[in-house]
Amino acid sequence: MPTDTPGIPADLTMAHFHHMFSFHFMVNAFRAGTIVAVVAGAVGWFMVLRRQSFAGHTLAVVSFPGAAGAIWLGVSATLGYFVGSILAALVIALVPRSSSGRTRSQESAVIGTVQAFALASGVLFVSLYGGFLDSLTGLLFGTFLGISDGQVVVLGVVAVVVLAALAAMGRPLLFATIDQDVAVARRVPVRVLSVAFLVLLGCTAAEVSQITGALLVFALLVMPAAAAQQISPRPGVSFALTLVLALAITWTSLAVAYFSVYPVGFYVSTIGFGVYVLAAAGRALADRVGSRSPRRSAPTAPTAPTALAVQP
Amino acid sequence: MTGTLGAILYPWVGLSHMLGHPFLRSAFGAGTCIALASGLVGYLVVLRGQVFSGDALSHVAFTGALAALAFGLDLRAGLYGACIVFGILMAALGRRASADDTVIGSVFAWILGLGALFLSVFTTAQSGTGAVGSASGINVLFGSILGLSTSEAWSDSIVALVVVGAFVAIGRPLLFASLDDAVAGARGVPVRALGYGFFVLLGITAGVATQAVGALLLLGLLAAPAGASQRLTASPFAAMWLSAGFAVFSMWAGLTVAYLAPRVPPSFGILAVASGVYLVAFVATATVDRLRARWSSSKSPAPLSPAVTGGAPGGS
Repeated sequence: MPTDTPGIPADLTMAHFHHMFSFHFMVNAFRAGTIVAVVAGAVGWFMVLRRQSFAGHTLAVVSFPGAAGAIWLGVSATLGYFVGSILAALVIALVPRSSSGRTRSQESAVIGTVQAFALASGVLFVSLYGGFLDSLTGLLFGTFLGISDGQVVVLGVVAVVVLAALAAMGRPLLFATIDQDVAVARRVPVRVLSVAFLVLLGCTAAEVSQITGALLVFALLVMPAAAAQQISPRPGVSFALTLVLALAITWTSLAVAYFSVYPVGFYVSTIGFGVYVLAAAGRALADRVGSRSPRRSAPTAPTAPTALAVQP
Repeated sequence: MTGTLGAILYPWVGLSHMLGHPFLRSAFGAGTCIALASGLVGYLVVLRGQVFSGDALSHVAFTGALAALAFGLDLRAGLYGACIVFGILMAALGRRASADDTVIGSVFAWILGLGALFLSVFTTAQSGTGAVGSASGINVLFGSILGLSTSEAWSDSIVALVVVGAFVAIGRPLLFASLDDAVAGARGVPVRALGYGFFVLLGITAGVATQAVGALLLLGLLAAPAGASQRLTASPFAAMWLSAGFAVFSMWAGLTVAYLAPRVPPSFGILAVASGVYLVAFVATATVDRLRARWSSSKSPAPLSPAVTGGAPGGS
């Protein structure tokens, strides 16, 4: 660990932060964290609205065998993350429709099997590579050490592409998410949008995995968006709030992880969960106060998706 | 290498040679019982559409086991404790616990984060021997069936067989309650109590399966054999035992693969065979369905309209 004594110093001053940023790897960690937080917030906001968080979780898990396989083959792990997640996104987009429309329990059995098999393949690759256990926990639970300049550039380029694609398809996607039937009637290409969004989600999951680890992607992808949608039902406000929360969670976690010995994934998930709990509690409190005052006695729409309203 | 070749050329000699190793005897004995329990319980998990519970269980099993290690307790105490408490919690939540629920997903992501913390606490507590702590964390995640001691293998087998026995005892009413809880309730079947019993059994199964294939992979051992058998037969009892058979077959074949190719981790072998069984069942039934549909549409010129056959797209 970079500091002599683990744990947050009692006399935390700006000097500690100057010291932190004197390390190039910490600067890179913050650069990568910022890029990842913005993408995760933006795509995660749509994902929570579309109720596809299980798909997001699966895509993130698949990035682990991708990265492990890439390391085994001697290719860059960053490439492995993206290839694994994007392939899985295409498979998820294609498989459920082509199967002969059985019950939903069958579909979840498929996802469960795919997920477990992907993780098992990851173990196989690690074992074939020779099994450096420390890098294995890094892949699973996140690491912010040793992010190279090249990696930051790759993360940035992918982030720009993802955000541009999201901006281009944002409006019809929101429409298709909120009212699919009307969107189909208005000739919005719902099917194409859904596949494209899954690919974007795959790219995002691959990006986030590189900071939080494959198992804890959920924390950065879901928690800020879920918290923001608790706070405000208006799409614009909650979208902006998601980005702010994702950045705050990432920066705080990286700083705390720098001063302590514990993995960054733990801090991201714990701080994210804390933010979410606070938002939900605040919302419940506001609802209770609101229901007492006679002025707002009309039934309030509790969940964000139904409360949203957009014009196509 | 000669062992591998010999085992392929002379299967019986190879088999007796393989089972001559005490650790493989333990692995086969305990693995068979664990697979039997996972196959039976897993069938009901898939039937009830609660695969997500298995996913969440893997988070809980990992954190429970590492919390016990971090506090210096026996790993299994934390493992079973966490899994059973979780099972009761999931039973209390009932059908509200679905995969795309952000609340429940966030809770389990946080629990897994705690597991990462305990892994790190345990690793750093053993200063100097960090690799040992890290290795046992990895064992919890991905299983270590070849590392079971004889006494561990016996206790795991007994636990798994108790689960199988309890499951057979409540199997009939449990199937009834899972297929149609309203009718079962009207006929005087204690649906709620059975739900709790089922989830406790699921928790114990997860605890014992974690020691074989690991916390992250137990979902595959629960879902893959059950998914395959559910595609092959519509009869619940036949599917239940077929699922158990597939699970045991995956265990045996996977362990054999791991024995023949030492670089292959046994957990991967087991999961690969189980996924392969599922894939074969999936492709076979899909092909049969398609042929049958073509045959019947060529006989009757009025196929169902797409509005009837195509369900609501996307998640619920």
